[in-house]
Amino acid sequence: MTTQAPVLSLQGITKRFGSLTANDSISIDVVPGRIHCLLGENGAGKSTLMNILFGLLEPDEGRIMLGDEVLKVSNPKEATAAGIGMVHQHFMLIPVFTVAENMVLGYEPGKGGLLDIRAAREKVRELSARYKLDVDPDALVEDLPVGIQQRVEILKALANDATYLIFDEPTAVLTPQEIDELMVVMKALRDEGRAIVFITHKLREVREVADDITVIRRGKVVGKANPEDSEGEMAAMMVGRAVNLSVAKEPPNLGEDRLVIDDLTVTSPNGQIAVDHLSLTVRGGEIVCVAGVQGNGQTELAETLLGTMTPLSGSAILDGVEISRAKPAKTIAAGLGFVPEDRHRDGFVGEFSIAENLVLNNLDEYSRFGSLDLKRIADNAIARIEEFDIRAGSHTQPVRSLSGGNQQKVVLARELSRPLSLLLASQPTRGVDVGAIEFLHKRIVEERDRGTAVLIVSTELEEVETLADRIAVMYRGKIVGIVDPDTPRDVLGLMMAGIPYDDAVAAAEEARA
Amino acid sequence: MSITPVTASAALINERVESPQTKAQRLSVGVLVTILGAILLFMAFTVNKSGRIALSDALADVQLPTIELPGMPTVLLCSLVVLGAGIGYLTGKINGRARTVLAVAAGLGILVGFLVWAAASSTLPFTLTSQLNLTLEYATPLFFGVLGGVLAERAGVVNIAIEGMFLTAAFTASLTYSVTNSFVAALIAAAIAGLLMAAVLALFTLRYLVDHVIIGVVINLLATGLTGFIFQQLVAKDVSTYGSVTPMLPLRIPVLESIPFLGPILFSLRPLTYMAFIAIPLVWFLLFRTKWGLRVRSVGEHPHAADTVGINVVWTKASAVLLGGLFAGLGGSYFTIGSVGAFQDNNPTAGYGFIALAAVIMGRWHPVLGALVALFFGFCRALAQTTKLMALPIPGDFIEMLPYLATIIAVAGLVGRVRAPAADGAHFVKTH
Repeated sequence: MTTQAPVLSLQGITKRFGSLTANDSISIDVVPGRIHCLLGENGAGKSTLMNILFGLLEPDEGRIMLGDEVLKVSNPKEATAAGIGMVHQHFMLIPVFTVAENMVLGYEPGKGGLLDIRAAREKVRELSARYKLDVDPDALVEDLPVGIQQRVEILKALANDATYLIFDEPTAVLTPQEIDELMVVMKALRDEGRAIVFITHKLREVREVADDITVIRRGKVVGKANPEDSEGEMAAMMVGRAVNLSVAKEPPNLGEDRLVIDDLTVTSPNGQIAVDHLSLTVRGGEIVCVAGVQGNGQTELAETLLGTMTPLSGSAILDGVEISRAKPAKTIAAGLGFVPEDRHRDGFVGEFSIAENLVLNNLDEYSRFGSLDLKRIADNAIARIEEFDIRAGSHTQPVRSLSGGNQQKVVLARELSRPLSLLLASQPTRGVDVGAIEFLHKRIVEERDRGTAVLIVSTELEEVETLADRIAVMYRGKIVGIVDPDTPRDVLGLMMAGIPYDDAVAAAEEARA
Repeated sequence: MSITPVTASAALINERVESPQTKAQRLSVGVLVTILGAILLFMAFTVNKSGRIALSDALADVQLPTIELPGMPTVLLCSLVVLGAGIGYLTGKINGRARTVLAVAAGLGILVGFLVWAAASSTLPFTLTSQLNLTLEYATPLFFGVLGGVLAERAGVVNIAIEGMFLTAAFTASLTYSVTNSFVAALIAAAIAGLLMAAVLALFTLRYLVDHVIIGVVINLLATGLTGFIFQQLVAKDVSTYGSVTPMLPLRIPVLESIPFLGPILFSLRPLTYMAFIAIPLVWFLLFRTKWGLRVRSVGEHPHAADTVGINVVWTKASAVLLGGLFAGLGGSYFTIGSVGAFQDNNPTAGYGFIALAAVIMGRWHPVLGALVALFFGFCRALAQTTKLMALPIPGDFIEMLPYLATIIAVAGLVGRVRAPAADGAHFVKTH
């Protein structure tokens, strides 16, 4: 990149979905040689804006200018031709294709209609050498760890020599070290003279790489921030009020051992070991966080405890009851409260009303002679909506129509509305706005203080550090170590890559020096 | 930062153990094979003469010797092989490649054991050439049906409408031939009929986002109604004009047909079968060696990813469904001009479209594997035909049932976890 490329500017972009205005007359400039952060909560309209820029959506109003000329992007092909590349939040890679096949899809080399896979491989090698991002062209994408998959996604965006690169929430799935590596890559690309749009809601990352920051709230630009501003200031701008980022909690009042997992081994249906001879004890009145990069067996561990997966060997005992081989009805009866990692799929029935969803796990209680006691169901819903501050028009509203944070409040309200012995919550605040996170964390700590054993599975280090009384780092189905919540982030990051505590401490010290 | 932990996580967990699911599957296969072995063992003691297996037809120009095998000992040996394989599966001690060998041994054991038993139970020899020739004959429509199914489903459109495409094409082929007396015209008409039915499938699934299975059922019903209606209103009133067909005859390829044994099997087939031999590798090539194929597979797996690289998802899907319809149409012509003659309003396709669909699934959405499964179904069907003349102690209806029974067993357990295209049956709507 030698000559200075023109500025790409979005002017007065408006996009409506039905009655919702996702983007309300948004204008931003994307300048070559700078990293522009779009900061905003989930659902603020950042991704919509970038999908418009990439030609995936058509704006209702507004225009995109490249230098002095109006740029028309009605599909991704035109965007790519204009030098715009996008690294998608949910990778746009086909899992059963090889890296090379993914890289050339849509722009296949070869004479006539034939696919020249050799040329495709060569292209991958060339790109990966040029940008010093190592990938094997013949590996199947589904076999690659998420961090490498993202490299493929980045190389794919660079394959057509994009000048304007959009990174949509790229750090959500990465380990802290991988995030650091990504930051290095982003800075290098910027220094080459490319323009980078970086979408995120993580304040730490913004402060590290941003040159310009635009804050978006409810589809509108609410202002610019400086990379030097404090995290609290940025959060307040994002949410529209002052937010408390940390939860005040007393030291734990430890009770008896309540959940005892002993030598548990779980395999996926195709025989891959997901949980590998894992032992872990959670006492009443403490929060244990299982930290780790996604896909290291956390999902299988949670599903085994709930009873939707059967372990190969080992046991999990909750208050004296073996639950690892029991059906969910029995584990729920044993006092397990479960917040699934994918609430849309497992957490609620979207078409059902709030009131119905709130009693799904406890229908016997709310029925008489086999028919539902609608009065009590409604009363219960009104009480829970009040107690959990669920923002909804009425308790008859379908849960699907609520925001992510309010949906999660419905799930948590249902699970916490009966006495529990174990609260098992996976990714309790994924896709939840900052304001609601604060509330959900507070409720989880309250449940702990009631003497419940709390097991949180989370890939977000911020959350782990906020909630945990003890952190169990999980890697490839094993617990690498159990550490205190004040363990430095770089040490945790190394442990999440499988390095034992002592070595991780040494390595982190060496790296700092 | 000098640490590169990514490399640590880059190495994958390669170690595999047997999960509860695979164990259950292994045990069910083991039990099934053991039961079959036990049945064969029982059958061994019902025969006392030798079984004769003929390697050439009675009327063939070149007569090959008839193999004579001692009935009881051969069947007994086969049953022991099958039992051994079954027990091998049950113990779970045998893994990897050895297990594949075991499965093949069990399959061959069942096959040879049954054939020798059949031959030994009858006064007539078992004619292997005609059995294999018939296998290819019966598999012909299935080959085309498999291609129709594979193409549509690889693009993410569930195709249970193969039966309807078959039926419409069978009727169209018969009618066109009656009017034009041209096989070429009849084949083209059949292909177009299949294509039109596929167009209905494509239109409703891709444009109007109707559930794929529902529209598939509707197409099958539509085909029955439509062909029945036109048959009654047009063909039945003037059979000599609209319903007179001389079916295609086997096409003997000079020189090659006189190769002993192989000649009568492979080079004395009806033209449609030869066309299938060309179509199967052609579809494989299209799907796995062309740009279009890569795009078709991408829209079946992850249409949004295809969309982001500028691929026209809907048209790519439609092109695959339409091409599939064309092949299914050719397959449909087998049921009239390709075998029996004029169309009769008596369910001529007899569920073959669904058998083809089963072959698609068992063949893991791969054209060549699917064709092999179709061959197996054809073999079972031919077996019923070949053994009908031999007056076996078990009813022919039972043997006729075999392909369907095999389908149920195979789909239920033997195939194990097959992986459909990820977005098969999903609607594509541009939302991001």
